[in-house]
Formats: sequence, structure tokens, C-alpha cells
Amino acid sequence: MMHAVWLIPALPLAGFLILLATGRRLGDPNAGWLATTMMVGAFVVAVGVFFDLMGNPADGRVFQQNLFAWIPVGGLHVDVGFLVDPLSVTMALFVTGVGALIHLYSIGYMHGDERYPKFFVYLNLFAFSMLMLVLSSSFLVTFLGWEGVGACSYFLVAFWFERPTAATAGKKAFVTNRIGDFGFMLAMFLIFTTFGSLNYTDVLGRAGELPHVTATAIALLLFVGAVGKSAQLPLYVWLPDAMEGPTPVSALIHAATMVTAGVFLMVRVNPILDLAPGALTLIATIGALTAFFAATIACAQNDIKKVLAYSTVSQLGYMFLAVGSGAYVAAIFHMVTHAFFKALLFLGAGSVIHGMHDEQNMKKMGGLRKLLPITSGTFIVGWLAIAGVPPFAGFWSKDEILVNAYEKNHLLWFIGLVTALLTAYYMSRQVFLVFYGDQRWKVAADGKSPREAEAKPEHEPAAVKSASPAGHDPAADHGAHGDFKPHESPPAMAYPLVVLAVLAAIGGILRSPLERWLEPVVGERVHHVVSGAGTKVGLGVVTTAGALIGIAIAYSIYLRHRAKESSVEPLVLQRAWYADDIVRTVVEAPSRALANFSAFFVDAKVIDGTVNGIGALVRAGGGRLRRVQTGFVRNYALAVAVGAVAALAYAVARTT
Amino acid sequence: MSETLPMLTLLVVIPVIGAAVVACLPRDDERLLRMVGATFAVVELLLTVALMFDFKAGEGGFQFVSQHVWIRSFGISWKLGVDGISLFLIVLTGVLFPLVIIGPEVHKDVKGYVAWMLLLETGCIGVFLALDLFLFFLFWELVLVPMYFLIGGWGYDRRIYATLKFFLYTMVGSALMLVGILTLVFLHQRATGNLTFDVVTLATDQSIASSTARWLFLAFAASFAIKVPMFPLHTWLPDAHTEAPTGGSVILAGIMLKLGTYGFLRFGLYLFPKAAFSFAPLFLTLGVIGIVYGAIVATMQRDLKRLVAYSSVAHLGFIVLGIFGLSQQGLEGGVLQMVNHGLSTGALFFLVGMIYERRHTRQIAELGGLQRVAPLFAGVFMLVMLSSIGLPGLNGFVGEFLVLIGTFVTRRWWAVVATTGVILAAVYLLWAYQRVFHGRPEGANADFPEMSWRERMLMAPLVALIVLLGVYPRPVLERISPSVRDLVAHVEQHSDFRQPAVAAGAAK
Repeated sequence: MMHAVWLIPALPLAGFLILLATGRRLGDPNAGWLATTMMVGAFVVAVGVFFDLMGNPADGRVFQQNLFAWIPVGGLHVDVGFLVDPLSVTMALFVTGVGALIHLYSIGYMHGDERYPKFFVYLNLFAFSMLMLVLSSSFLVTFLGWEGVGACSYFLVAFWFERPTAATAGKKAFVTNRIGDFGFMLAMFLIFTTFGSLNYTDVLGRAGELPHVTATAIALLLFVGAVGKSAQLPLYVWLPDAMEGPTPVSALIHAATMVTAGVFLMVRVNPILDLAPGALTLIATIGALTAFFAATIACAQNDIKKVLAYSTVSQLGYMFLAVGSGAYVAAIFHMVTHAFFKALLFLGAGSVIHGMHDEQNMKKMGGLRKLLPITSGTFIVGWLAIAGVPPFAGFWSKDEILVNAYEKNHLLWFIGLVTALLTAYYMSRQVFLVFYGDQRWKVAADGKSPREAEAKPEHEPAAVKSASPAGHDPAADHGAHGDFKPHESPPAMAYPLVVLAVLAAIGGILRSPLERWLEPVVGERVHHVVSGAGTKVGLGVVTTAGALIGIAIAYSIYLRHRAKESSVEPLVLQRAWYADDIVRTVVEAPSRALANFSAFFVDAKVIDGTVNGIGALVRAGGGRLRRVQTGFVRNYALAVAVGAVAALAYAVARTT
Repeated sequence: MSETLPMLTLLVVIPVIGAAVVACLPRDDERLLRMVGATFAVVELLLTVALMFDFKAGEGGFQFVSQHVWIRSFGISWKLGVDGISLFLIVLTGVLFPLVIIGPEVHKDVKGYVAWMLLLETGCIGVFLALDLFLFFLFWELVLVPMYFLIGGWGYDRRIYATLKFFLYTMVGSALMLVGILTLVFLHQRATGNLTFDVVTLATDQSIASSTARWLFLAFAASFAIKVPMFPLHTWLPDAHTEAPTGGSVILAGIMLKLGTYGFLRFGLYLFPKAAFSFAPLFLTLGVIGIVYGAIVATMQRDLKRLVAYSSVAHLGFIVLGIFGLSQQGLEGGVLQMVNHGLSTGALFFLVGMIYERRHTRQIAELGGLQRVAPLFAGVFMLVMLSSIGLPGLNGFVGEFLVLIGTFVTRRWWAVVATTGVILAAVYLLWAYQRVFHGRPEGANADFPEMSWRERMLMAPLVALIVLLGVYPRPVLERISPSVRDLVAHVEQHSDFRQPAVAAGAAK
């Protein structure tokens, strides 16, 4: 079975190619079913490979498969090949597993969209790229997947490209990621210069030879790549905007898989990171700060998806906190549990949006619990998981990160703890606003809501969807105010929710198996926490208390109305600390001015002006010189005579 | 085969025969004119492909050499040869010419258009094959004439200005190079007593004093730098590109800019290894400036064609970087990138031409929302654009990556700055794409026709090669490798340059 590993990416690739050729003929929903089948197939193969690998003794769980030589030039030789080890198989399992569920969900969610087949073309291409990324045996092929998922993210964020905000968000995602890729590329150059290879086994096996400075440089450059892809400070700005994409995309790419690629990369190169303690501290700090920063913003967002987007940024911060603390297993563990509950939450949000006829503003929701039983039930599981309430999955992974952070640095731990409280708070706020309390949509639908004016919708997908003739027609639905009633989603959408809810609930049991399983990749050292059992339990209690306090505060404000909502949603947080405005004035405006200056002054006036100036000068000079050519032989004769005399004089002068 | 059939001579001669035949045909039968022209171009293509398959992959030297004394008293001969560096430029030439003859709309005088194109093809092939400096210079100048008439005759509004600028600029370079060629040959005669224009002999003998060689190198380099074009000698390019007809732009970008970079390889590094090495920092710097500056200026262009033209300045900067980085990877990447740029920028010019045919404008501001009405067109544009951005899996990445990683090994900081070009390329192309294709089409854009079958057939080979070279570049790299290795060894032999072991592969 191990030799079939190439099938894992090949199946989605085949799906992509088939859909590219025949997608339009397959149509809705067959195109979706084909894509989903490919993903399920890939998952099945991944499971097979997993069990095969399990059959080997712990230190023999490595398998390499080379398909063909991609770039063989001089000392550089890169194969398209796969490295099967516990880390890559873990990644492949959850990418294909969660991916298959989200493909399935999309069959229902995208139903009726005029570009339905195209959506699955992109989705399968994404899955292929992501699987190349995690299964690759070399930095370069990982980079191939890395860029591939970036391109797919661009396609899918801008899927509804008629909407200018979506088009801009897609571009922003791609360009911001490229800034990170700059670091990734430089890291590869440095690795090649140092080791003469880009192959993981060559490089990581000899990592011990690295001088401290080089190790730190490589670690930091790779981290720059990770910061872009995994939306950390300061390159996180693209992720909230990426919510312009269809919700399944947000779940798959911008929560569960692609954005965790940076974390994966860090764990993959852990032997190098271990040699660069300074880099580790920086990674942990950036992670903790990002986690806190994004969590504060999430507290004041009204768009149901924006909350989840900032939450994702925040949770990714936790993963980097774990990486920086040397707790690689904890990072992967949290990545997996996060994939479960965040995919669940996004898909749940999609179900809500679907049921609410494309409404995304939480302030216009409320009391949906009874009307959307499956969605609300599963969403609540996801909420408890992310909030860190035991025994749900998120508690275990977050607790493990915080224990490790505590050992690394008490301050970082404290930031993580406060973030945990905020996480519980903003997620409770979301749940209360959406599923509990007054059914504000009733008022909203009548157009009489006093709150409506105050709560501006951040964007209106309805505008675009109604533009698509075959799409759901929210305008018509909304037009009939009296009939407006949120509805539960079809089974294809509900089923993945249930599966993910189960995983989000019990995912915590993966904790110690995962530790043992990943040990060959990350080494034994890392999960030997020095603290005694007492400290660990104490920390767990504190974390749980933090979560409960967060929930309680949200409860008192958003359900009991003990305080005015607007008082805890200051403008500065609603506007996300004005980050976009700052980028606009500090980065965009000067760059634009510089580019304008280069194009229309330096190039057009200075350089081209000089060229044309020389041309004009020659022409003018030629005009003067032309007068010399009088055509009269006597003038020429005179000139010849003068010249001859001059030459003679010169010759005489030299000889004497 | 090389003994019995003068393969390379045929390659040079077939297009010019085609031009002559076309010139004899009736002026008004456009179909016939195109058919005949295309037939010659396709025969040429098939020959180049045959050449590629006959080419021995493991050898670095010149193959299929054919040599006939031409003017004995001056030591001039008809000497042609192909190696890994020129092989794929020949094939690229073979691929692009049939497309420009069959493909774009030609609004007047098809006869002249086809005939000039075929003559141009002879010139381009000749430059890539010539191993005699005199012959080389002859083809080098020959190329100018058809292009002058193509831009002047079939171009757009400011074509006269553009074509004059193009012509004068290039002539200045040519004049310098001619002086360089003659000086080199006569100095070589003085040193060795052998009067010859033979490139291999001149390169092997290295008879010129190094102080003189520096000046001669600069004389050649000026000509090549204008052709590439390198910053700050690039301003003829956007004008010429924008005013040229679609076919002219495709050839100009696809083939003719490569004459400059090819010149650096064949006549710069090969004839003057020591001088080239000592001037490398200058050219690396200009290359890097070209990458960054070209991209920045491209961002702000309002005319889509001008934008693509400036993107060429940036892309050619990568090639120059690879050449003067003098590493195996960088040089090989540079050679590959010449081909890649020909494919993707050629394709972009075709696409921009199609947009112009439909909308009679190239102003980005007047376009918009085209993806909605012409998804296939948009898809092809997107793919070509991503190749130009250097997305892994497509051709552009392989060349760009090799250039950067190779240059990093030998000249670290230049490579670091050049890598920012990767970010900038995404900025200007994605922004242009957004303005042209995203959004909602209004007015005339709403009736933008989808790609016709003819256009699909035209783009298909380019798209196929873009993907193929991205996924499986190995057959190409294998053929380029030995020649590049020999060239690096040549430079090492005649200068203080030593390639680091990592790049050469000796470390393993």
C-alpha cells in the first residue's frame, strides 16, 4: 500500500483534469460528486498508507518514493517524490479527511451557482497542491504545493469576481503570500548553498553540521514564509479579507488546511529550529502576539465569518507559540483539533448563511437554535471545543500548548491565557448572537429594526448571487417578507457537520497516540515537560477557569444585557486596530507614488527624455552640418586645402 | 545525418526561399499567401524539431557544423553550428514563426507581411547558428530590416516614431560591435598571423591583451545591452512593442530580445571570458535594476501592451542575472528562461492582440469584467500570466528559480534583491488582470466574444509547452547542461573565476 502513496495527490489531480475537460457537461451536482469521490478515494489510500506505516517498527517508519527527476542541473537535483513518515501521513490523513467532508458539503452549498463545476475544478486542484505540499520529499516540491495552494486560494477567494471586494481580496491574498514566499525562496537558496541539496532527508539528516548563524537564518527565512501563509503578524491582513470566498473555501483553505502549511513547515524542519533558539523565541513571541491581537479584533466583529477568520488567525498564533516553545507535537495536535472544530464552525456558519438567505450580519440573526437544530447543535459543540471547555478537543490541545509555553516563558503563557479567555468570550458572543436571544431577523426582515442602521453589513454577497441568474435568488426570498423563515440545510451539508462535531468533541483522545506516533519525526526530547504533575493540573484548571469566565462575561452582556453591546465593541476593534488603513497610508500610498514617479517621471522624462534629447541634438547638429555640404566644388577644395595645410603644419611641428 | 544533409544551412535557407516564393505570388489571394508562407514555416519547424531529436544530449560542443570558405582572403567562411545554448532558441524560433504567420489578423498587404516575416526568420535563425563573426554580423543586421518594415508598415498610430527609434538605437549598437569585430579579428591576426572570423578559433586562442579585450567586450556588450534591452537603454522597447503589429511584438519579444542575451553568452562570455568576469558586477547590477525597475514601471502602465513590454524588461533582467552570475544553474536557467519568456510573453502579446481586435483599445481602464463573458479567454490569459509570474508547475518558475539559486551561490546579494522581483511580478500582473477580467462587464465589454476555434488552435501549442516545460523540463535541461558546463569551464580557464563546488555538483 505504501507504494500507492502517489495516488493520494494523483486522485484529486485526475479529478481536476477530468473536470477541466468535462466539468461543464457533468454540471450540477455530478461535477461535485466526481470531485468528492476523488477526495474520498485519496482518503482511503491515505488510511491504507497509514496502516502500512504503522506496521513498521517506530524507527523504520520512513519511506521515500521518487517519481521522476524534475530539475537536474549540475549540483542541484530535485526529484518529484514523496516522503512518507508519521508527520506527512498525519497531514495527508486530515487534509483528505476534512477535505472530503468539505467537498461533500460544497455539493449542497454551491448548488445553483452558475460556475458550479469551476468551483470543484479549483477545489480538486487545491487538494492536489496541498497534498504535494505535505507529502513532498524536498523543499522545492513542497514549494510547488505551497504556491499551488496560494494560486487556488486566489482563484477561490475571487470566485465571485464580479464583486470588486472579492477580486481585490483574492489579489491581496496572493501578493501578501508572495512576500512570505520571498523568505521561503531565500531559505531554499541558503539551504542549497550550505548542503548542496534540497531534499528533506539529506538536509535534515545533516542539520547538526549547521553553524548557529546559518541555522538561525534558515529558520527565520522559512518563518517569513510561514508568516505569510499562516497569516501571522504582520502579514495576516489577507486572511480576514479572504472571507469573500464561498464559505466551504473559508473552511477548507482558510481554516483547516492551507493556512496551517506554515506550521507544518516549521515542524518539518524542527531539527534546524532546534539549533536556533533565538529564532524559536521570536516564533513563539510572534505567535503569542498574533493570537492575542487577532482575538481582540474578533470580539467586535459583526460578520459571522469575520469573527471566525480572526479566530483562525488567533488559533494559528497558538500553533506558532507551540512551535516556538519547542512543542512540535502540540502544534500538530492543535492543528488537527483546530481543523475539526474550525471547519465545523465555518461550515456551520455557511449553513446559517444559507439558511438566512445570504445574511452574514450576526446582529440580524438570533434565536436560530430551534429553526436550525442540526446546525446549532453541531455549532455549539464547535464552540465548546474552541473555547477550551473540557472534555472537548480544543481544551486538550490548547492546554498542552499553554503548559509548554509556561515552561518557555511565563509572559508568553500569560498572553496565551488571556487569549484563551478572549477566545471563549468572542465565540460565546457569536453563539449567543446567532442561536440564542431575540429573533432579530424578524424585525430585520420587516425593515423596521432600529439596530439595523447601526449595524452595517460588512459586505453583501446577495448582491452578487442575485446577479447570477441560476443562483439562489435571495432578492425574491427577501422580497416576500412575511414568508421569510430561516431553514435547515440539506443532508449533504448537514452530514459533514455531524461528523466534524463528533471529531471536535472527542478529538482530544488523539493526544497521547499522536505524541508517540510523531516521536520519530520530532524527537523524544520535546514532549518531556519538566513541570510536575501538580503544575500541569494547576495550569489546566487555570485555563479552564479562563474559558468559563469568558463565557460568563459574554453571557451577561449578550444574553442578559447587563451592559450595552456597543460599549464592549469599540470602533478601534471593529476596524481591526485600523490595520488596513495603516497599510493603505504607510505602504500602499507611498509605493504607488514611487511607482508613478518611476513610470511617468524617471522613465518617461529622465531616461526616455535623455534619449530623445540626444536624438534632437544630433538632428539639430546635423542641420547645422548640412550647411557645410554646399555642393560647390570650390568650397570643398578650400576645405581640403585648409585641412592639408593643417596636417602639414602638425607634421612639421612634430618633427621639429 | 550531419554529413549527408547540410541541416543547418537548410534551416537558414528555407525561410528566405519561402519569402522569395511568396513575393512571386499574386497580391490579393490572402489565403494562398498565408498557406504558402505557413507551409515554409512549418517545414522549418519540423526541421528544428528533427534537429532537437538528432542532437546528442551528452555533448557540449558544436554539432552539425557545416563550414565552407566564403571569402578566403579575409578568412571569412560560411560556418554554422548548434550547441545546447542555441538549440532551443532555434526550436523556439521554429515554433513562433508559423504562429505569427497564420495567427493574427493582418489588415493590409498580407503578401508583404508574410514575406518580411519569413525573411526575418532567416535572420533570427542565422544569428543563432552563425559561428563566423562576419556571418553573424550579417544576420544581426539582416534582422533589423524586416522588423523595421513590419513595425513601420503594419503598426499602430505612432509606428513611425517607434520604428525610427528602434532602428537608430540598434544601429548605434551595431556600429560599436562592427568596430569591435574588426579590431578583434585584426589584433588576432597580428598576434597569431591567422586572419579569421571563426568564433571558435578566436575564443580558443584568447590572443588579445586583457586590457584591450575589456574595450572590445564593452563594444560588443553595448550592442547586446541595447538589444536585450538592459536598463537604462530600454526605452525603445515599450514604444516598439506597443506600436508593432501583434505578430511583430511576438517576434520582437519572443526571439529578438534573445539575440541580445544570446550574444552575451556566445560572444561576450565565450570570446572575452576574463573581461566578462571582471565586468560581471556591473551587468549583474543593471540586471537587478532591470528586474525591480521594470516591474515597478510596469505596474503603472495604462496600456496593456506597454505593461507586457515592461514586464519583458524585468524578465530579461533575470536572464542577464543568470548569465553574469556564472553558475551552472544560473546560466542554464538563463538559457531556459530565454525560451520560457519567448513562450509566455509571446502568448501574452497574442492575447493582447486578440483583445485589441475585439475592442480596438488596449487601455486597461476601458476594459473590465471580461472573465464573465469570455471565461476560456480569461482562463488562458490566467495560465499564461501565472507562467509569467513564475508559478511552480509552469515553465517560468523553473528558469527563474534556477537563475536565482545559481546566482545566490556565486553572487548572494544580487540574488536577494532580484528575488523581490517575484513579489513585484505578482503585483503588476494580478492588478492588471483584475482590472481587465474581474468585475462586471459593461458597455462594449459585455459583448466581448469568446475565443474562436482559430484562436484556440493558435494558443494550444503555447499553452501545452508552458505546462510541459514546467512539469518536465528535464529533456531540455539535459541538452543545455553540457554546453553550459563547457562555457563555465572556459571562463574558469581564462579568468580568476571559480565556481563553488555546490553549484558544479562536485561536492557529492
